[in-house]
Amino acid sequence: MRGQSLGQIMQKLGPVLGLLAIVIVLSIMSPQFLSLDNLLTMLRQVTIIALLAFGMTFVILTGGIDLSVGSTLALAGALTAGMMASGIDPILAVLLGVLAGAVMGAFNGVIIAKGKVAPFIATLATMTIFRGLTLVYTDGRPVTGFTDSQTFDLIGRGYLFGIPIPVIIMFVIFFILLLILKKTVFGRHVYAIGGNEEASILSGIKVNRVKIGVYSLTGALAALAGIILTSRLGSASPNAGFTYELDAIAAVVLGGTSLAGGRGWIFGTLIGALIIGVLNNGLNLLGVSSNYQQIVKGAVILLAVILDRQKSS
Amino acid sequence: MSQQTLIEMKGISKSFVGNKVLNEVNFEILASEVHALLGENGAGKSTLMKILTGIYERDEGEVFVKGEPVHFQNTKESEEAGIAVIHQELNIIPYLTVMENMFLGREIKFGKTGFLNTKKMIQLTKEYLGQLGVEIDPLATAGNLSVGQQQMVEIAKALSVNAEVIVMDEPTAALTDREIERLFEVIERLREQGVGIVYISHRMEEIFKVCNRVSVLRDGEYIGTRVIGEVEYDELISMLVGRELGTLFPERDVDVGDVRLKVEGLTSDVFRDINFEVKQGEILGVAGLMGAGRSEIMQALFGYREIESGNIFIDGKKAKIKKPIDAIKSGIGFVTEDRKEEGLVLSMSVRENFTLPNLDDVSKQTVISSQKEHEFVDDMIGRFNVKTSGREQEVKSLSGGNQQKIVIGKWLGINPKILILDEPTRGVDVGAKKEIYQIMNELTAQGVSIIMISSELPEVLGMSDRILVIHEGQIGGELNRDEADQEKIMYAATGGE
Repeated sequence: MRGQSLGQIMQKLGPVLGLLAIVIVLSIMSPQFLSLDNLLTMLRQVTIIALLAFGMTFVILTGGIDLSVGSTLALAGALTAGMMASGIDPILAVLLGVLAGAVMGAFNGVIIAKGKVAPFIATLATMTIFRGLTLVYTDGRPVTGFTDSQTFDLIGRGYLFGIPIPVIIMFVIFFILLLILKKTVFGRHVYAIGGNEEASILSGIKVNRVKIGVYSLTGALAALAGIILTSRLGSASPNAGFTYELDAIAAVVLGGTSLAGGRGWIFGTLIGALIIGVLNNGLNLLGVSSNYQQIVKGAVILLAVILDRQKSS
Repeated sequence: MSQQTLIEMKGISKSFVGNKVLNEVNFEILASEVHALLGENGAGKSTLMKILTGIYERDEGEVFVKGEPVHFQNTKESEEAGIAVIHQELNIIPYLTVMENMFLGREIKFGKTGFLNTKKMIQLTKEYLGQLGVEIDPLATAGNLSVGQQQMVEIAKALSVNAEVIVMDEPTAALTDREIERLFEVIERLREQGVGIVYISHRMEEIFKVCNRVSVLRDGEYIGTRVIGEVEYDELISMLVGRELGTLFPERDVDVGDVRLKVEGLTSDVFRDINFEVKQGEILGVAGLMGAGRSEIMQALFGYREIESGNIFIDGKKAKIKKPIDAIKSGIGFVTEDRKEEGLVLSMSVRENFTLPNLDDVSKQTVISSQKEHEFVDDMIGRFNVKTSGREQEVKSLSGGNQQKIVIGKWLGINPKILILDEPTRGVDVGAKKEIYQIMNELTAQGVSIIMISSELPEVLGMSDRILVIHEGQIGGELNRDEADQEKIMYAATGGE
């Protein structure tokens, strides 16, 4: 019994120790790495993946997966940019953009919950559909011509007390989601469904409703990520967020959440996203070519999962 | 006895992290013997068998196979020495054929070519199955076979590796009555062929029916070995629990009230025209053969299975039950037959499982109140005497009896009017059984109506106020407590008039 709880502690500490190890190595190899400027830049870059990964954590906890988040990000970003370009108030456009993401997520949820389609297949299909819709909507060109709004610029480029606003948004959302998972009935139901769907139905949990909720939340968070990215870049590219779903899944797995569902925590996902962000940033600083970066990232993910396996066995 | 001693285990001790789980245990298996290994959950039966088969290493003691000292390091070595285990969860790959399963990992090839000698394997599969006196097509897909047939395939597989000792762990747990009969015939046949069988089971009747000797373990101690035919049922029970158990079934003294539940003409694809009533504070036993549709009727009542027609009335009012949540809101709790698949979330803690159906009651708006939740769970742990290291322990690591208490306890949070218990004491040791019966009595004394499906006739007779017998999807009979006996129930369950 005692050994098990030690193992559980290790399970939880593992990602943090991994992040620390990477940070130490990078700070030795590159002196700029630990500068405040660089750390804030790095955090700002992490925001996008973190928001996708937060939603992905909920989805994976229910035993599902969402491959469409990258495309949702692009479509919601383009729609928001398009609305502003046609004169809609930026705040309203942002709200509608997030709502559009939630609707896309709900669409996934309905297909998966009511249509009983495997999440992998359902979101593989909508990944293509949403990307296609983005290309149709933008005619394959970046959406611009909305950059005169200072309010909108703030979302991606602003600072508050010297901290980038995207980073503040990320942490606020993180704490809200942490509370939802730990403290609310909805959060408990998310874990229960991933742990045993049958027992959840028989305990009176409205499993379909929870699933649709989870995918909607993920869609909304992906849209928010798309809006932040659009604001930062000053344009919405139809190719934005391409393959980001894989980084998001990697962050969740690095954080120690089980792909089988039912077990995991969102703090781990934050750490997982930071690991990916730190690696990207550090390797850039070191001047490693982006081709090699991919190999390093893949190797780190493999290493993390193998270490995790050995701890639990 | 002049039979050869196949296996002798002497003075076996084993500790896990300072916790002694076996203390100088002796056990032997003779050729042509069915030797029951009896003990409550946690008594050390599986640890002893795991030491025999080399999964665990013993701390002290000796093991002999036909007089030769052995020390197996893994199951491969024990298999080579002729020891096979038929696990409760069968090792069958459902998409492969019977023959492919039989020869998995030791396929017969044409020399060293790597090409499979299918013809030979089919012929051998037939032979081994024939030795058991069963007819199963070697080319049938294993997953399409009944559990009983799959078990036969595993036993045949054991024969094919020349097993002389076969350990059967709860072999009848998932079998129908007819399949159990068939299994007993096969066991007898194996015994005649000189095989020694270790028979692990909770079911006392089976042990008296099929075994030659019985050895009892309790809390890791070897209590003794008796010859069946020379030992009384009561003596075995007291060896098992270490005290006089008294009567297993507590006295039922309950005032039965008004009609609480009335079911009219309930019909689906597997049952038809089901009518019955349950009164306040009453225990309605539901008997019948496996597959008669007992569980299906209760699933329909709980909104977990579609019905074609029929009505459900609770306290005289018509209840609309389409989904489990509707049933729960009407005050029905359902303790399912399979607690691991349908009752518990194994990855969750004792606390989280207890409050799963009634989270709203321990929450303000939708935020869970830790204080309320802890109070509820601590109350339940005390009330049900759940043996756990605390409310945060994972339910996965609890014994069957304690898991079952949680599955029942989680429904008390909804203040049920009606509690459906499907095989409430399956896989539960005698001590916990008695506690569960007492809980049932307490609940009915508070006016809860209980519907109890059970395949154990003594339990049906011991606990029910009235007994409903289901036969092939229809009501085969209804008996009062005073008039019911095993014969009458079986008569109705098999379609007798």
